[in-house]
Amino acid sequence: MNVALSNKADSVVIKKNKKSFLTDVKQNFYLYLLVLPGVLYFFIFKYLPMVGLVVAFQDFNSVKGFFKSKFVGLKNFEYFFTSKDWLVVTWNTLYLNILFLVTGLFFSILIAIVLSEITSKHFKKVTQSIVILPNFISWTLVSMFVFALLSTDVGYINSILKAFGFIQEGQEINFYSNPNLWVGILIVLKIWKSAGFGSVIYLAAIAGIDQEIYEAAKIDGASRLQSITKITLPQLKTTVVLLTLFGIGGIFHGDLGMIYAIVGDNPNLYETTDVIDTYVFRMLRQMNDISMSTAIGFYQSLVGLIIVYVSNYFAKKYDSDSAIF
Amino acid sequence: MKNSLENKAIDTFSYLFMALFSIFCIVPFILILSSSLSDEKAVQLTGFALIPKHFSLTAYEVIFQDNTIFTAYKTTIIFTVVGTILCMIVTSAMAYALSVKTFTHRNKIAFFVYFTMLFSGGLIPSYLLISKYLGLSDNILVYILPGLVNPFNMFLLRNFFKQIPDSLAESAKIDGANDIYILFKIILPLAKPAMATIGLFYGLGFWNEWFTATLFIDNKDLYSLQYLIMKVMREVDFMYQLDYMQGATVSYVLPRNTVRMSTAVVTVGPIIFVYPFLQKYFVKGLVVGAVKG
Repeated sequence: MNVALSNKADSVVIKKNKKSFLTDVKQNFYLYLLVLPGVLYFFIFKYLPMVGLVVAFQDFNSVKGFFKSKFVGLKNFEYFFTSKDWLVVTWNTLYLNILFLVTGLFFSILIAIVLSEITSKHFKKVTQSIVILPNFISWTLVSMFVFALLSTDVGYINSILKAFGFIQEGQEINFYSNPNLWVGILIVLKIWKSAGFGSVIYLAAIAGIDQEIYEAAKIDGASRLQSITKITLPQLKTTVVLLTLFGIGGIFHGDLGMIYAIVGDNPNLYETTDVIDTYVFRMLRQMNDISMSTAIGFYQSLVGLIIVYVSNYFAKKYDSDSAIF
Repeated sequence: MKNSLENKAIDTFSYLFMALFSIFCIVPFILILSSSLSDEKAVQLTGFALIPKHFSLTAYEVIFQDNTIFTAYKTTIIFTVVGTILCMIVTSAMAYALSVKTFTHRNKIAFFVYFTMLFSGGLIPSYLLISKYLGLSDNILVYILPGLVNPFNMFLLRNFFKQIPDSLAESAKIDGANDIYILFKIILPLAKPAMATIGLFYGLGFWNEWFTATLFIDNKDLYSLQYLIMKVMREVDFMYQLDYMQGATVSYVLPRNTVRMSTAVVTVGPIIFVYPFLQKYFVKGLVVGAVKG
């Protein structure tokens, strides 16, 4: 009795919604028209591939396609999680991203604070322009820079070391075969490329701090360093937490564009630089194993989503202004 | 007394740090420029340097011997210009609709977009969709369509539009204007800094595009500039296949290293030239749009 009643009520509600949706479209026809191309884009290029995740549970055969390939359950996942690769690539992804996040945060804030302390307008403008510039260079060009700097026979670093007599002819550092150097190299490159650009938002946040706070502190005898550590830094907290949250949200996604452009298919360096994304990409190109690489991608997206929700939950608890949603 | 010492220390540190960081950022550019202007033999002897060794333009003469660079330039310019315009139209249309408070389903649609930032089907399903089901391989549209709307840019623009007073659109509506007219004639002219910012982001994104080409492009005529760089960098063999290197084999030394550098310089040039003009806009646009709203 109750069930029937509630069903009836539901159907009434649905009917009402449908009707109101149609009248809504009529009323806001142009707004719907404006939003339509974007919605179609997201549906086709973002949501359809999500449907394509069924491949992860199939033994995909490109002749048979999505609908007729054989279902194999969790076998693709099983295979990945029993190989030793999964720990290596998961670890590298997290390890590199955390280091990128922390060093990026540090240098972006440092640049922003230092810039805000500089009084010469001209100097400030020129240096700011220069440190932002690398953000707009592609990673493929960066890989060219890396070659110019690190190449064994013609690289700048090796030729400088030779010129100053630190190493002899034949003792050149062979960067491209030493995986231990690459965590550091990748971090330096990341700082080079994005720390300056990252400082823009912090600089804006600093500009938004009420000047009266500084003046009041000055009257109370606060020194410049104290103003920085006791006023500027605490005022940046919300921005820092928000941007860190964004960063943590992406922590399970390796920077494929960066790492593939710079390391490429150099097996010597996989040990420290191979992340989930480069692994998936390689699996697609070299083994052409569609199902397996989709399964790994699925694992990545799912864990990534969980991480976003968990970090947002803690942000809300800690400081509700900083939560993303 | 103590304060003035501290002042000096902070000033010194600030200026020194920015000077050093700027040098750190600019040195690689100088290095590739000077290396591209060096003589290959000198480079092979003592390596790249910050000042050209035995000034020579051979590396540039070599890359301009045939059309490879020009074709890549043409392809890249076409999809950058067309792509940026399309992206900005679709993005601003969506952002405007989602910024209108009377638009009933705007929050649902915003979440529909936002969710794609949290979860994705991943590389392989997208690859299958684009190459197998949409048949966009070796088609210049593959550079444009898969990245048509960047959710981050869309929300940035929406937040900017939200700050424009509703009264402007309302009074236009009373005069009988529709939303499309309002967007193009009233809202967009007011949103120049924000539009310049996302235009710059989209434009540079297209200009720096190479990953799409590794996945979907085989046809040499459709290589993007950055993909060409990648090929020149990665595959020494590829350089020998290029017509321009075959012309160069007549001389004793094949300018392998310097040609890499001159190719890099030729592709980075336009960014350096356009950058100062756009920079003044994007800092402003980014700051206003990024305020949480």
